[in-house]
Amino acid sequence: MRPLTDEETKTMFEKLSKYIGENIKLLIDRPDGTYCFRLHNDRVYYMSEKILKLATNISRDKLVSVGTCFGKVTKTQKFRLHITALDFLAPYAKFKVWVKPGSEQSFLYGNHIMKSGLGRITENTSQYQGVVVYSMSDVPLGFGVAAKTTQECRRVDPMSIVVFHQADIGEYIRSEDTLT
Amino acid sequence: MGRKLDPSIRAKRGPGRKSRKQKGAETELSKFLVDDEVPKKLSSRGRKRAVKRTQVTKKPKQEEQPKKGFTDENSEWLKPAQRKRKIEQCEEDEDSDSQWEEEDDDDVVKDLDHKGMAKDDDDDDDEEMVDDYGAEEGDEQDSDGEELLPIEKAARKQKKQTSMKPESDDDDDDDSDEEEGKKDSKEDDDEEEEDTVQANIDETEQFKLPAAADRAKEGLLLMDLQTIHQRIKDNVDVLSHFSEKREEGKERSEYLSLLRSDLCTYYSYNLFLISKLMDLFSLSELIDFLEANEIHRPVTIRTNTLKTRRRDLAQALINRGVNLDPLGKWSKTGLVIYDSSVPIGATPEYLAGQYMLQGASSFLPVMALSPQEGESVLDMSAAPGGKTTYMAQLMRNTGMIVANDANAERLKSVVGNIHRLGVTNAVICNYDGRQFPKVMGGFDRVLLDAPCSGTGVISKDPAVKTNKDEADILRSAHLQKELLLSAIDSVNADSSTGGYLVYSTCSIMVEENEWVVDYALKKRNVKLVPAGLDFGKEGFTRFKERRFHPSLKLSRRFYPHSHNMDGFFVAKLKKLSNTIPTVAKETENEEESTKMETAASPEQIQKPQSKEQKPASTTAKSNMGKKQKLKQNKSETPIITKKAGVKAENKKSDGPKKAKIAKLDGKTSKKVEKPVKKQKVKELNGDSTKEVKEKKKGSQFEKKNKMKKKNLKKRIGKNKFKKLKNILGEAESDL
Repeated sequence: MRPLTDEETKTMFEKLSKYIGENIKLLIDRPDGTYCFRLHNDRVYYMSEKILKLATNISRDKLVSVGTCFGKVTKTQKFRLHITALDFLAPYAKFKVWVKPGSEQSFLYGNHIMKSGLGRITENTSQYQGVVVYSMSDVPLGFGVAAKTTQECRRVDPMSIVVFHQADIGEYIRSEDTLT
Repeated sequence: MGRKLDPSIRAKRGPGRKSRKQKGAETELSKFLVDDEVPKKLSSRGRKRAVKRTQVTKKPKQEEQPKKGFTDENSEWLKPAQRKRKIEQCEEDEDSDSQWEEEDDDDVVKDLDHKGMAKDDDDDDDEEMVDDYGAEEGDEQDSDGEELLPIEKAARKQKKQTSMKPESDDDDDDDSDEEEGKKDSKEDDDEEEEDTVQANIDETEQFKLPAAADRAKEGLLLMDLQTIHQRIKDNVDVLSHFSEKREEGKERSEYLSLLRSDLCTYYSYNLFLISKLMDLFSLSELIDFLEANEIHRPVTIRTNTLKTRRRDLAQALINRGVNLDPLGKWSKTGLVIYDSSVPIGATPEYLAGQYMLQGASSFLPVMALSPQEGESVLDMSAAPGGKTTYMAQLMRNTGMIVANDANAERLKSVVGNIHRLGVTNAVICNYDGRQFPKVMGGFDRVLLDAPCSGTGVISKDPAVKTNKDEADILRSAHLQKELLLSAIDSVNADSSTGGYLVYSTCSIMVEENEWVVDYALKKRNVKLVPAGLDFGKEGFTRFKERRFHPSLKLSRRFYPHSHNMDGFFVAKLKKLSNTIPTVAKETENEEESTKMETAASPEQIQKPQSKEQKPASTTAKSNMGKKQKLKQNKSETPIITKKAGVKAENKKSDGPKKAKIAKLDGKTSKKVEKPVKKQKVKELNGDSTKEVKEKKKGSQFEKKNKMKKKNLKKRIGKNKFKKLKNILGEAESDL
């Protein structure tokens, strides 16, 4: 377990900012203590200082997970967000998409969101903007990337994709082994 | 498997009425072809009847007359005696269908009109009166002399009939009817009728042990499960009223061994486990337990209060077509799922982490532990994370949780569940639990849900029925003892809020529960405290030849048949001091001596048991020897044992501990090498001298200093911050 290098921090924050914008600083400056990011087994974990101290007791090969896993650094030095980060993306998300109850299931199976399943979308969403996906009862289901702007979404035919799927909470079952 | 068997339904044996009615043409034909053919095997009664048939001359023409004789209901049975004979014969010659049906009516009517018979009898001749009397007598026999309403009698008789084999039934009734008419053999008849009734009672109520040879044969033949089930029931009945219902000359052990083998066959357990369970439960409870293991426990879920409230969750699930209810008064987060139109483990609510699928019994250890906000808690065997997440939820994501499991594969589910439920204060690691105080110590609370044989969750995993034996149980008991000691060592007794440990297993074996806790009570400075669970059964303080610490009744046992949750054991311990009473010379001596005394078994595991077995009489002896030893004490410089130090340092140790020491005194006072202990004993007995007390005080101080030094050296590394703080605080207060 080690702190992130500057480069890693930069790529990760760039990625995060696609979803939560400048709210990133809310993740760092928290009223309930200092929180930090740590790299362990190519995974980035987000945890409080207290837990960090505790975790230093544990040898590297025996440590499985600390705090919340945000994602992993790929071999090409990119950063990929995991579904486990959803708890911290959802409250701060700037752009949101709500799916209709009928297509909830489809999204949770890893499919993109069609226009027909689109319930609501935040105004002024630009193309390729990171969005967090909610059910109509405001339960966060995952996140993705807007395929169309809000304006375009109004016009397109029902079967065209409006949000590209990136991660959904169905992965807790589908890929439990590769979560961290 | 016998799981679908309903013991209340008894299938009737033999061909039913319809089968009789629907005889094929070939049987009719055979009657014509071989007219005087006799059935292969006649019963004794049958033979008698045959003889009579040959004796009596037939008068077929008069058949119909008697029925006209009486117009009231009683016509069925009130018949002039001479003619009756012929009717019966006639009926016999005919197809027997009519006879069958008539008989049933016959009996009912007979019983119904039983009371009003006297009136009718007046009209008839003497014979009839006597005959009736005979019948009455027979009925009285049935009712065991008590006055019954006619309808009751009828019901009783009918019941008896159904319980009898149809064939014999037929015969008996034929007999009685037939022979009613015979003047000469009247007395005999009555007797005979009584006999048949008696025989029937025997058949249903008297349970006979099969001979050994028969039982050996059963092993080869495949027995009918239903017969075995019936035999189990009868056997249990006999065993529960043994003095009344036993067969002469049969030992209880014979019945028990039959029952054991029957239970093994019927419920498909291995002999070892059944024997263990028979030790654990009373017979009726045992059957309940075994039956409960055949059905699954209800699915329960726990609301994740970090993300939602139970009411909201219940509403959301009901909208998805789930039928649910709150779990019980004792849980504010549990819900029982009765049925569901969607898979309950894959709803969007589940995936969003609003609830966790968790057995009701898994709530209990965490509730007993009741972790507080801001504490540091260790879950020693965490997988699959149900209890860990419950702890996090009780702590509202504050403080820290270390979730450990020895199995890396199973840890993946812990990771998944912890993230899904939004737990952020957890560290997950993959150590063997036994390494634990070395990795990290000083926890406020520790939960040890120890790996076990799983005898409490047979309904979940039926493989347990057959694949466990003595060695498995003892092996897991040994592991549990090691784990429990390291768990205790990981607790920080000085913690202001905590210092607690909960030990739980999903086993119901005494070896894995009370015995393990009892062992820990001896080895460490811990005491049992109430678990904070207001239901469940008390733990055993004595089991067969073993005697456990009396405080073990504070532990709780849960059974599938009485609580409708998996079999479970929960014990909550409070750590009294951080020092470990290490295995010094003293304990070694103790061990030796116990070995000597009880000619002990070589296995180390069985030691606690043998220790406990010491008879109370030794205390008396020890009192005798004490004075001598006291003198020796004075002359010798007292050897300071760690236990003494502990005792001195920790003034909190009260009731249970003293009791423990008092319990120990039997053996301690025997040994000359243990002066300090003897002093303690003396103190407890109230006849200690001043000198001794002074010496003790001195030793206490010495010890205290030593302990402090030790603390400084050793424990700083493990738990730097708190210890340093403590020490600094102490130093200040000293100043």
